[in-house]
Amino acid sequence: MTDTITPGGTEAADGLDPTGPPERVAVEKHPRAIRWMHWLNFPILTVMIWSGLRIYWSFDVSRVPSIRFGEETLFPEGFYDVLQLDRKLARGMAFHFSFGWLFLINGLAYVLYLAFSREWRHLVPRLSELKKIPAVLMHDIGLRKDKPEQGQYNVMQQLAYSAVIVMGFIALATGFAIYKPVQLGWLTALFGGYKSARLIHFIVTMSFMAFFVVHILQVVRAGFGNFWSMITGYELEPVEATNPESETEMEVADV
Amino acid sequence: MSERKTLTEAEFKTRSRRSFLTGIAGMAAGYGGWRAIQNDEPVDRIPGVLRSMHERNGSIWQALYDGDRLSKTYDPSRAETLRVNGTRGIREEIDLDQWTMDIVGRSGSTIGTHEIADIHALPFTEMTVEHRCVEGWSSIVTWGGTTFSNLAAMYAADAEAPIVNLSTPDNGYYVSLDRDSMMHPQTLLAWELNGEPLTQRHGAPLRLVTPLKYGIKQLKRIGTITFADERGPDFWNERGYDWYSGL
Repeated sequence: MTDTITPGGTEAADGLDPTGPPERVAVEKHPRAIRWMHWLNFPILTVMIWSGLRIYWSFDVSRVPSIRFGEETLFPEGFYDVLQLDRKLARGMAFHFSFGWLFLINGLAYVLYLAFSREWRHLVPRLSELKKIPAVLMHDIGLRKDKPEQGQYNVMQQLAYSAVIVMGFIALATGFAIYKPVQLGWLTALFGGYKSARLIHFIVTMSFMAFFVVHILQVVRAGFGNFWSMITGYELEPVEATNPESETEMEVADV
Repeated sequence: MSERKTLTEAEFKTRSRRSFLTGIAGMAAGYGGWRAIQNDEPVDRIPGVLRSMHERNGSIWQALYDGDRLSKTYDPSRAETLRVNGTRGIREEIDLDQWTMDIVGRSGSTIGTHEIADIHALPFTEMTVEHRCVEGWSSIVTWGGTTFSNLAAMYAADAEAPIVNLSTPDNGYYVSLDRDSMMHPQTLLAWELNGEPLTQRHGAPLRLVTPLKYGIKQLKRIGTITFADERGPDFWNERGYDWYSGL
């Protein structure tokens, strides 16, 4: 069919092919619900980490005997000064225990949505995908030209996005364990006691920071169209790419 | 995948514009909301909306409260040295022999006065529990004393009041607690720490101890206990902290 098209699309004018196939088409990538929950989570989690560090300031983890970082505190004093985290324990707690509910509600809504919309299939890697990890990593750091075949996300993205859901769950569970160590004593015990739960809560927070860095790098690597699709829900793709069969035909035709 | 919705490039452009504007509006709304919280009229040193969230959280956890749930207890051999973290209300040493404690009833008048011997005569209890500070640290310590409920039993009618307020003899430190927490079997009037008589810096001759609350509520050197219908002043609540502070 393609070899009959003349430059300027004159067929349309002749009325031979009034709909003329478009060169690119926008394909839905992210349902509206996921986009809203994703973007809501960003400021909520930011407030949680910021207020959490204000709480953390009043008793550095480095002073917890089980993981001493020498005589030094984990963060230098300047870190607290610049971010205005010092001497704000009361405000930190007030923000943390208010926004925590938003984090819980948004997280629950997200997990329920994934479960019922079957969107989780894009996120959770299949076992067969795991063997692509080296190839994807090589591609991501630029040592491999061709992009390994993938669904909506590559396997490393799938691992990152699945892990962050587990991290959110641990953050909430350890958070409640140190928030109510008597009334929810069973939960505190599950994480090895009060001090241990507090330490895990801190480590999972640092993991969120690490996730953020990896996430940004992956998004940069995936390109602007991918980023923009988290805002619009759609990503432009060449028409041919949506139908591998026509691609083969074209190659034959070109020859 | 094949059932995925598609848009033409022109439709996508319209959609992009709309999404972009929604994003800008969303960010503006978020920033506005953030400023509104920060600028909200403070109630006891924190923005009013956050104060009401503290109160709402307090109501939730008070409703879920179960007096049968105990703070985990440890073997006394696990007991650690407890740091002295606050000296408000106890800065001057007192003559312990001269100490007395007043009990104020719901009507506001004094209904009893006790010397330390009266309290020592009540049933003795010892418990090794985690003492948790609002700052985030905690220590396992052994407390010895009598349950607050033993004292309350001497004032049964007044002890029905929903609030118990406590203050140091000089009124330099004061706290206010809910009745449920005060009547808990692990809420003590303590005179021993790790098997030794309390030092003055730890609240001699008698202090409040309860693993159901942060240390900020566990008043040292009790001067007055008031059974009340209304919350009395609470030192750290006045300085931005949650009134309930329940664990």
